[in-house]
Amino acid sequence: MSKIEIRNIYKIFGNHPDQILPMVKEGANKEQVMEETGHTVGLDNVSISVKEGEIFVCMGLSGSGKSTLIRHINRLIDPTAGQVTVDGVDVLSLDDKEILDFRKKTMSMVFQRFGLFPHKTIIQNVAYGLEIQKVPEDQRIEIAQGQIDSVGLQGFENQYPAQLSGGMQQRVGLARALATDPQILLMDEAFSALDPLIRSDMQKQLIELQSKLKKTIVFITHDLDESLKLGDHIGILNGGRLVQVGRPEDIIMNPADDYVKAFVKDVNRSKVLRAQTVMTKKDQFDTTNINPSTIYKIDENTVIEEIIPKVLRERCTMNVVDKSGNTKGYITSDELSKALTKH
Amino acid sequence: MIKKLFTYLALPVIFIWLLITSFNASRFRPDSAAELLTDASWLYNWPRWLDIPLMKWINDWFRVFNQEYGMYFEAVNNFLLGAILSLKKFLMMLPWPLVIALVVAIVFFSSGRKLGTTVFVGICTFFIGFLHPRFWDKAIETTSIMIIGILFCILIGIPLGIAMSRSIRVRNATLPVLDLMQTIPSFCYLIPGIMLFGLGAVPAIIATVIYAVPPLVRLTDLGIRLVDTEVIEAAEAFGASKKQKLLGVQLPLALPNIMQGINQCTMMALAMVVIASMIGTRGLGDEVLLGLQQLNVGKATEAGLAIVLLAIVLDRITQAYGQKVQDRNKPPEK
Repeated sequence: MSKIEIRNIYKIFGNHPDQILPMVKEGANKEQVMEETGHTVGLDNVSISVKEGEIFVCMGLSGSGKSTLIRHINRLIDPTAGQVTVDGVDVLSLDDKEILDFRKKTMSMVFQRFGLFPHKTIIQNVAYGLEIQKVPEDQRIEIAQGQIDSVGLQGFENQYPAQLSGGMQQRVGLARALATDPQILLMDEAFSALDPLIRSDMQKQLIELQSKLKKTIVFITHDLDESLKLGDHIGILNGGRLVQVGRPEDIIMNPADDYVKAFVKDVNRSKVLRAQTVMTKKDQFDTTNINPSTIYKIDENTVIEEIIPKVLRERCTMNVVDKSGNTKGYITSDELSKALTKH
Repeated sequence: MIKKLFTYLALPVIFIWLLITSFNASRFRPDSAAELLTDASWLYNWPRWLDIPLMKWINDWFRVFNQEYGMYFEAVNNFLLGAILSLKKFLMMLPWPLVIALVVAIVFFSSGRKLGTTVFVGICTFFIGFLHPRFWDKAIETTSIMIIGILFCILIGIPLGIAMSRSIRVRNATLPVLDLMQTIPSFCYLIPGIMLFGLGAVPAIIATVIYAVPPLVRLTDLGIRLVDTEVIEAAEAFGASKKQKLLGVQLPLALPNIMQGINQCTMMALAMVVIASMIGTRGLGDEVLLGLQQLNVGKATEAGLAIVLLAIVLDRITQAYGQKVQDRNKPPEK
């Protein structure tokens, strides 16, 4: 059972979206619709499903509809047609009061430009979600303090957002989102405004947090490296259409079209591909000519970047095993060179 | 579609009806409309019968209105007059050094303890009385009328501005009214004001509100709409209700603009209170008027200076507070 289910969402911006909908359903693309009717197609028949506890990354260039898509999940935007289900609840059927309750309890959001309240101190910002839920003040300060500690911002509680650097501000954003203990985190280009070093720092911090908290995260980005690093699954959007969904390796090994290919072209494959994807299966691999002393065991989930130097230096063979130690396959320099060759 | 068709049909109908009624009501119309076809001289100069009897309609309506509802205006008049008088009496009862001290204290705290501004405003206040002893009481009278006027402006302007920022319909309906209020010459509403409320301070307050409220409404509306959309989205994403969003996020962040609006409102109110001296409102304005009537340049200049000083004091008080709010709300560095 998936946590978030989006089915056949259409979103058309303009004065008469309903009149344009049939045209879009018949397959007119974004440019045609814009030219003929002046309406902008935000999303065109997008369906995704996000499993509980995973990071789903939604990737695309600006204008591809990824920010529009994420706002359908908490219904900051209403779709022109389609269905959104979270935890089995049809989000679109909720009335005004129910939707507020739903947003309070189920999810929170992190923004590209942080979306902090400039007139509130850091601790007031972090406690905002709880304030909206009318949690008593001493209690919400306590929770907020805990979140501030967990993102490492002790000592800044009574500063204003403008006094903090970008990276620190986004950590406040993250702490604020986590303070209400939501099951789902929506992150809209959360790290895109940060400089590269701080960004990779934040990515690491997010992965660490996620390994403890096991939230369901929908992460929006335009950066392929970021999506490969964070995503359990990646959905790639182009012009409002979903062109490919899959695990990071699927995207790299089998790009669905030229658009995805262009994205994938410059990626450092060795950082993404895992041993189990690259290996030759054990029943197809001939071990007879190999000196047993040059075989090393590695976990099937190891990223091949980690084994390349050793294989190249020692001309050794890697024995790929699963968690319980059963042999699944083998990797030699042949497998590596095949995997790293660009198509 | 139907609505559009209706407007397209209704407007010409109204126009034709207006033409016919104007023609029928005019004293100058020819004996029969057929004459218009034979005698074309009416095409050279604007014919005297082609004249909407708007003046007559308004006068008739206003007379009936005044007779029917005059007592309500009487009540409003008494209430406002009472408010002004008690405020005036209270301020006049205080010894003048205490008033100066009060002004200085207000500026000191509203400006965030800026010493320069405080001293400057204190000196300005002192000079109002120093220019001419009579000016002190007159300035207090002017200020009382303004304070009541501004209070009404705030009570009307801020809620209206909020309503405008929330609904395009309200905005579309309000904007032309604001344009009208800002372009119509002030004497046009001073006169009905006098007829409803009599001479004196109350029509001045009504005129002040009409004249000074538009910038406050506009700046409140603008201020709220200018709040960073991402910040608003953040509030919404946490499930903030409309009320929580307004009170917790939109109004505090729009405050610099709203304070600017109140500042503009204050300045315009002062201008109007001076003009209103022509309809018998007492205060610094009638000193200017007196100087004008007596061709006494010195007197008019002294009174004019006193008004400028009062303006500076009021401006500093409202401006300083806005500045303080703005410093705090500086948007995060990008």
